[in-house]
Amino acid sequence: MERRDFLKSAGIAGILAAGRAPAFAQGSRLHVLRWVDFIPACDVELKRQAPEASKALGAEVQFEFINANDLQPRITAAIQSRSGPDIIMMLHNWPHLYQSGLVDVTDLGEWQGKDQGGYYAQSEAAARDGKRWLALPHGIVGLQMAYRKSWFDEVGAISWPKTLEDLRQVGMKLKKKGKPIGQTLGHTFGDAPAWSYPLMWNYGAAEVDKSGKKVVLDTKEAVESLKFMQAFWKDACDEGGLAWDDTNNNRAFLAGDISCTLNGASIYIAAKRGQDKIKDDRGEPMVRDIQHGPIPNGPAGSWGYHVAFSHAVMKYSKNEKLAKDFLKWLHGKEQFGKWFEVAEGFSVGSTKQWEKHPLWDRIDPPMKGYRTAAAASRMIGYAGPPSAKATEVYSKYIIVDMYAKAVQGLKAEDAVKWAADELKKIYG
Amino acid sequence: MKNPIAGGAGGAAGVEVALPHPRTSRVQPRTRVLESERLLAALLLAPAVLLLGTFIAYPFVMGVWLSLSSTTVGTAGTFVGLKNFEKVWNDSIFREAFQNTAIYTGLATLFKLSLGMWLALLLNRHFRGKRLVRASMLLPFIVPTVLSTYAWRWMFDPTFSVLNWTLYKLGFIADKLPFLSDGVWGLGCAIVVNTWRGMPFFAITLLAGLQTINPDLHEAASLDGANAWERFWYVTWPLLKPVTLVVVVFSVIQTFSDFQLIYVLTGGGPANSTHLIATYAYQIGVATGLLGEGAAISLFMLPVLFIVVWLQLRYLRRLEGA
Repeated sequence: MERRDFLKSAGIAGILAAGRAPAFAQGSRLHVLRWVDFIPACDVELKRQAPEASKALGAEVQFEFINANDLQPRITAAIQSRSGPDIIMMLHNWPHLYQSGLVDVTDLGEWQGKDQGGYYAQSEAAARDGKRWLALPHGIVGLQMAYRKSWFDEVGAISWPKTLEDLRQVGMKLKKKGKPIGQTLGHTFGDAPAWSYPLMWNYGAAEVDKSGKKVVLDTKEAVESLKFMQAFWKDACDEGGLAWDDTNNNRAFLAGDISCTLNGASIYIAAKRGQDKIKDDRGEPMVRDIQHGPIPNGPAGSWGYHVAFSHAVMKYSKNEKLAKDFLKWLHGKEQFGKWFEVAEGFSVGSTKQWEKHPLWDRIDPPMKGYRTAAAASRMIGYAGPPSAKATEVYSKYIIVDMYAKAVQGLKAEDAVKWAADELKKIYG
Repeated sequence: MKNPIAGGAGGAAGVEVALPHPRTSRVQPRTRVLESERLLAALLLAPAVLLLGTFIAYPFVMGVWLSLSSTTVGTAGTFVGLKNFEKVWNDSIFREAFQNTAIYTGLATLFKLSLGMWLALLLNRHFRGKRLVRASMLLPFIVPTVLSTYAWRWMFDPTFSVLNWTLYKLGFIADKLPFLSDGVWGLGCAIVVNTWRGMPFFAITLLAGLQTINPDLHEAASLDGANAWERFWYVTWPLLKPVTLVVVVFSVIQTFSDFQLIYVLTGGGPANSTHLIATYAYQIGVATGLLGEGAAISLFMLPVLFIVVWLQLRYLRRLEGA
């Protein structure tokens, strides 16, 4: 038989017998997409775990890490083209927005909650729609305000300011000394909403009522929060923050250009790991001069917004079972425990059991505040139930831009009205 | 039937010689098909049609369909008529983006044209190292936009800007300039970067146009007493107008639909003050997953560009006619 005849008979006969075009081998490779972690060692640990997972599951596990601001476009492209990573990391309450493209992981969600001491409300709000788990909660990045203790002491702030107004007063003195507070109001995924939403809540304002259908933003409380922000920005902040992304404040803080910023623990951890190079103005390791405090109280309380992370199995994936098996393996106490230790408090668990981990006994005192930070969190879209509409508001940066417009000179009342109108278009 | 011939070279008279059959004049069907000009034309055009259809027509038709549907990420959506366009038209951020796009395109094209023309006139002269200068001038155009824009972003960085540092050290400023942290400054910076990047395209094309102008015309104008400006205005400019119009058409299309530069430089911020139609369409359609709405935003570019291009080409035709 000649080569051409063989190809003809074998190829065509095979296709005819199968009744469809030949498919590539399936189920042999699992593709997991995550952000580039602010703690690089966390990604290193996952890469270290990948061969172990491959061995345990009998399939090759591959991680891909991309910039967090590029995750949403990538998710949309993957769902629409019905191809791409089998598992994608979700931030905030994104699973609600993308739920039609995600596999139901209720079995895993229930298992993890029972296995690890029950979820934080934040984790559930982010990844659960009624009884259905849209994604499997992985961790929460707590956000606290990192500040330079000695500089605060120098202006008379021996203890962390109790109220937002106190913080403005301290910040005013620091800015006069050329060491302003640094806060982003840019179009960026983490630090900007993590400041803007709590500021709105802590003045008693909210996007919608409990039904999640009626927009209630246009109130005097919201206007007051904007007036505070206008004064705070002018008196205490580095006004370049309007163009910052989530990395600018880290760099500015570690360069000694700002005295305080809302952030995950990545500034502290970077200063600790690089203490040979990152020094303060006296030549001492800067890490010794870094402390953390929560967002101070507003007139209506002290809420934070701590970013929930989860893993979603994509509906188009040909490896659904393998993906679920992998998530059970990765989120299990043993593997997650190793990753959790590497994170050194930057990422805490999605469940309360991790508050009891021995890590917290040996961790540096400035890091202890992250242990329970996730408990005092509200979810974007408050006071309504978690919804895709809240994610849409977040993705359009409407709350962030309300504050950004105000600090750029728009009247507080007009900025609130603008945002309320935009919200009404979304919530209907 | 055999064709008998009489005799032959040195042949005996009366001997019949059988010659090979001549090729029949009837063309085989396969040959006829291959020789068909219409088929050949279709075959030669097919790859181009396939490419255009796949990469231009299909996405365009898909975009039109999406804009008329309620499609969101992961859901097919239904036909909603012009609802998305109506929603977009009433969107304050879209209006801001539209205005930004018009300002960005208008000013950047104006700067690229005037600076490109100036550069082309300089490069049209003879000087040492002319070839090296001409080649290096193309660098901003050759470097990938994302890379060069990242470099500019660092230069405009709110905290570590080398420009601010230099101006401060030289004593020109006491406070940092808000390159990217102020809406007006941000759009201004984007126009500067776009001009820097697009100017070589203008310069090199106009230079090519300049070199087609007969030097005798300039010489004659000089003899008639025309100064440098008059020579440019009455000789160079009229002859260069058709080339200039074509370059401007290209530039307007590219600048109006610009995406990469703004996406990298400002991301549309602060507070949407640097969003262009393309970046806003991306934010709504791709980042937020509202594909129908995003497609409607991007399709708003079409009538504007169509009118601009049509007017310019009409003017060009009139020039050629004259």
